[in-house]
Amino acid sequence: MRRALLRLVFTVALPALLVTVWWVASAGSTDVYWPPLRTILEAFPDVWTAERLRGDVLPSVLRLAGGYALAAVVGVALGTVIGSYRRVRAVCEPVLEFLRAVPPPVLVPVIMLFAGIGDTMKVTVIAVGCVWPVLLNTVEGVRAVDPVMAETARSYGITGVARLRNLVLRSASPQIFAGLRQALSIGIILMVISEMFAASNGLGFTIVQFQRGFAIPDMWTGILVLGLLGFLLSVVFQWVERRVLGWYHGLRASARRSP
Amino acid sequence: MLDVRGLKKVYEGSGRRVEAVRDLTFTVDAGELVCLVGPSGCGKTTLLKCVGGLLTPSGGEVLLDGRKVSGPPPGMAFVFQEYGRSLFPWMRVGENVELPLKQKDLSKARRRELVRDALESVGLADAVGAYPWQLSGGMQQRVAIARALAYEPRVLLMDEPFAAVDAQTRADLEDLVRGLWRERGITILFVTHDIDEAVYLGERVIVLSASPTVVREQLKVDLPVERDQLHTRVDPRFAELRTHVYEQIQAAKKGAAAS
Ligand SMILES: Nc1ncnc2c1ncn2[C@@H]1O[C@H](COP(=O)(O)OP(=O)(O)O)[C@@H](O)[C@H]1O
Ligand SMILES: [Mg+2]
Repeated sequence: MRRALLRLVFTVALPALLVTVWWVASAGSTDVYWPPLRTILEAFPDVWTAERLRGDVLPSVLRLAGGYALAAVVGVALGTVIGSYRRVRAVCEPVLEFLRAVPPPVLVPVIMLFAGIGDTMKVTVIAVGCVWPVLLNTVEGVRAVDPVMAETARSYGITGVARLRNLVLRSASPQIFAGLRQALSIGIILMVISEMFAASNGLGFTIVQFQRGFAIPDMWTGILVLGLLGFLLSVVFQWVERRVLGWYHGLRASARRSP
Repeated sequence: MLDVRGLKKVYEGSGRRVEAVRDLTFTVDAGELVCLVGPSGCGKTTLLKCVGGLLTPSGGEVLLDGRKVSGPPPGMAFVFQEYGRSLFPWMRVGENVELPLKQKDLSKARRRELVRDALESVGLADAVGAYPWQLSGGMQQRVAIARALAYEPRVLLMDEPFAAVDAQTRADLEDLVRGLWRERGITILFVTHDIDEAVYLGERVIVLSASPTVVREQLKVDLPVERDQLHTRVDPRFAELRTHVYEQIQAAKKGAAAS
């Protein structure tokens, strides 16, 4: 109980300090671009009404979810194939290295040419940007399957789909999750950027609208919402990861105790 | 039952050519417990993997009931030296033992029964719900043995299964293997570099030469079937046998050095 309380204090301390600093430092500000935090917070409930949450936040989240899910499925599937076959890897590796080096935001104008300016474009942009970390990490994870475990599976006739499900993907899962985590932050960035280019709703669109209309405190509330959204998604991600990779954290902890 | 004829294995790759096994011929009868003993690096693991269908021999053949082994045969189970890397850390003990059974056409109830029975046989009925990394080395190797038992193999191949556990655990596990062999009538081919272990466990001991490996001698262990750590090991006949095997291995090493 006391330890839980202490942990809570540690978690909250720095954010609380930063908010206080912001509050105090901006309190007397008359700069239009740096409104006092107080003004921003007062504007918050007026700007982020239920209607706006439905009309702008929800579409953004849905696009992100769509693009992210697509990237996860494609990345894990392709990564498993590439990681499993040495020949395929030899052929694909140079291409992958090149494509990975292209910064995802420059894809927006290109993808707009093919996919228009609708939701398809945004989902595609997010998916194309998110797929690389998932793909490359899956390749590494699949390649690193322990040879003794692989032989164990073979000797017991565990092949095909059973091998994939019980050995390959499970063994690669820590790496896959590392990729998914990287992909999540890339996905949020691309969600905002794609909405800044061409959109009629969404978080990125709304923030740009406020900025163009010189509604500076409102713009700041949008940035706060983005930060909160990112934080929330990372908490959800961590929760899922703890469940799926519980064995991995336990294994690592036991390896640390007895090296 | 198990027929090894003129077995030869040469590892080739990256400009290096290692002749691990030169020419091995021996048989194992149904229900026999045979120990293969030879110095480290003489090709014991290589031989066992060829027998288990995990490696393709470069020459000669392995016959199981008169049929040539060309892949892991369904009636064989393998216990690896590296127990820590042979169990899947993402599965609980019970799931690890059950996994190979899922490849067989068995009802769920029957699988449960086999898992429980196998874990009871190795004295780990309580550990069903634990993860392998929560167990000691000796317990992990017991789980690996239970997994092999539950598979109901006719032939059990064991590759230095106790090389990495402490002396006390090792003695317990040796008695466990002998007990299981007598109870279940499985054919066991047990590989070790430990002369005492070979003589204590086996009904017959096959002594291998140093690399390039051939069978140097086969001798029947005419100790009583009923053996125990305390009395068997001080039996004068035990001392004679182990001295004999020891001399053979020393001679084998010298022979290898001279040639
Ligand atoms: N995959 C491999 N590639 C090349 N050489 C190998 C390979 N596996 C084993 N060897 C070599 O074959 C010989 C026998 O190895 P091994 O069968 O593991 O011996 P043991 O189990 O008796 O210690 C050793 O010299 C080893 O270096
Ligand atoms: Mg070995």
